Amino acid sequence: MNSILSCTNLSKAFGSTMALKNVNLEIARGRIVGLLGPNGSGKSTFIKICNELLTPTSGEIIIGGFKPGVETKKIVSYLPEKNYLNDWMKVSEIINFFKDFYADFNSEKAYDMLSRLNIRPESRLKTLSKGTKEKVQLILVMSREAQLYLLDEPIGGVDPAARNYILDTILKNYNEEATVILSTHLIADIEKILDDIIFLKDGQVVLQKTVDDIRSETGKSVDALFREVFKC
Amino acid sequence: MPWDLKSDRPIYTQLIEQLELKICSGFYALGSKLPSVRDLAQEASVNPNTMQRALAKLEEDGLLYTNRTSGRFVTEDIKMIQKTKTKLAQEHIQEFLEKMKRLGFDRTDILNILAEMLEEAGK
Repeated sequence: MNSILSCTNLSKAFGSTMALKNVNLEIARGRIVGLLGPNGSGKSTFIKICNELLTPTSGEIIIGGFKPGVETKKIVSYLPEKNYLNDWMKVSEIINFFKDFYADFNSEKAYDMLSRLNIRPESRLKTLSKGTKEKVQLILVMSREAQLYLLDEPIGGVDPAARNYILDTILKNYNEEATVILSTHLIADIEKILDDIIFLKDGQVVLQKTVDDIRSETGKSVDALFREVFKC
Repeated sequence: MPWDLKSDRPIYTQLIEQLELKICSGFYALGSKLPSVRDLAQEASVNPNTMQRALAKLEEDGLLYTNRTSGRFVTEDIKMIQKTKTKLAQEHIQEFLEKMKRLGFDRTDILNILAEMLEEAGK
């Protein structure tokens, strides 16, 4: 399999808490993958390891042939769960900043998306609402021609209408060679656009399947299955 | 014609059904060019890979064909479309008959109520 990401026996401990336990995953190119699990199941830990914000306690992770580091940052576009952009900058300045930073950044694409969302490039970030800031951040991430997009809760803080726009943006901007991994609790909203889902529970992968396989085998939506598997 | 996808059945099979319906109803006319996979996927808000699979199946069935340089088209074979129409109608009627059976309607009951309602609708 031509995988963009593979990890073997990946574990991460925070003191005595195991956030990830022996995770083995192969993720192919050209897929949209949902990383799903309840709070504290290890989703963000996994995504942070992919971005070298955390280092694994044991095991290995390979992205596009490299361990997380300088080489993988060139091919991975990451949307963190919180906003890290400088508040005092104008949107256009941030775009220039990203252009300097990433060789694969496409400013035209960014300006095009901004104009369709009626966000003025000359606005300073601090004058924008929380939801609009999140949109700006997603636009920046999706304007890179990356091989792997890692989106940590991309639709968490925005209204349902903007949610649809964001999903459309993801569908429109990812290319057939690229893979998108996104984590979320809002499964019903996104399951139509997913190829595969990964269920994480207590730091372990409990299920990795295609959405249509789940629906035809169980007669349930991924959302319904999730509620069953993670029943409290 | 909007895309109406239910959450408890595979998306792939639903896309096939809806595309068949769009073709049979003439929404996509005989011999006309279909939008690109990407545009169709976006219109239906589904994954392009899933849309691609559905289109490939319809191509295999002969309802669509690909011209390598210019895209994907609806068949020009009217018989083919007629056949699909009949198949779709049969599926709907099959479902209807099963429901009627559950309600306890027998053959005569069904024919009577159908005749009545058709007359009603004709007025």
